[in-house]
Amino acid sequence: MTDRIAIEKKVLSENDRLAGEIRVQLQARRIVALNLVSSPGSGKTSLLEKTIGALSGSVRMALIAGDVQTENDANRLKRAGGKLVRPIVTGGACHLDAKMITRALGELDIENIDLLFVENVGNLVCPASYDLGEDMKVVLISTTEGDDKPLKYPSMFRRSSAMVINKIDLMGFSDFDLMQVRRNALMINGNLNIFETSCRTGAGLDSWYDWLRRLIAAKRA
Amino acid sequence: MHELSIASSIVETVTAEMLSRGLTSIGKVGLRIGALTNVDPEALRFGYETMVVDTPLAGSTLEIESLPVKAICRKCGLSFEAHDFIFICPNCESGDNEVTQGQELEIAFLEAD
Repeated sequence: MTDRIAIEKKVLSENDRLAGEIRVQLQARRIVALNLVSSPGSGKTSLLEKTIGALSGSVRMALIAGDVQTENDANRLKRAGGKLVRPIVTGGACHLDAKMITRALGELDIENIDLLFVENVGNLVCPASYDLGEDMKVVLISTTEGDDKPLKYPSMFRRSSAMVINKIDLMGFSDFDLMQVRRNALMINGNLNIFETSCRTGAGLDSWYDWLRRLIAAKRA
Repeated sequence: MHELSIASSIVETVTAEMLSRGLTSIGKVGLRIGALTNVDPEALRFGYETMVVDTPLAGSTLEIESLPVKAICRKCGLSFEAHDFIFICPNCESGDNEVTQGQELEIAFLEAD
């Protein structure tokens, strides 16, 4: 008879502990923190470039851009006018974790910011498991992907609070069905806020900006 | 392939538990894994077994209990299993619900050798 010792511990308890510390730190400064997730190439960096351009006059923003290799995304965000930008090069890891965010935040002056974006590594699987201390996850999908993606990656769509359907200017060049993707996503998560955008034409971006402004106002209230 | 990172977190936790309990070897690590965690048990086993070679955990195996996803409807209060991750209440068809099971990624027990 072997002895069974009850442990009852979360595997990612150390990550969750650090994420909790980040959340307290951001909450104390009333910073809205969004964790942007998607497949590679859906347009996370483009959406952030546009958002920096549109909001930098009125919203103080910090951005953390994660990539497996290169600092290309962080450099794009700086060129777009981002003043507080930190790259995280994971060197192979398929997701960001709370320890990386703690380190990046230590290198950013976040005393007077309203909004923090974390651009996660392009991957719809692994980043779902790692809490980064964000207020919410925002998942992007583009019209050049399959409209069944929410069904294929349910965990990510379930854990996200908003879904941005990007590249709507390319509708018609693929079989992507806007109604179908909405239906699929809402079956997984009935409370998703859904935006339809094109970072190339600017279509739909105003409602995305309005939503961000409302989040910031709610945090300050 | 975050199973490797997860395997590494398991090794860290189990090593600490062994130290604090004065165990020198271990036979089995019992895990509880919810279906919403995207963790592939086979990849996790492979990562774990590769990682523990030449450590005090060498030779130990993972016993994985997989938990299906369950939710409770906020509208009518029904508890239901979300088959294929479809979170629509089978009673009132509302999509407003809360996950009650399926997000677990826990070490449940250790079995000494």
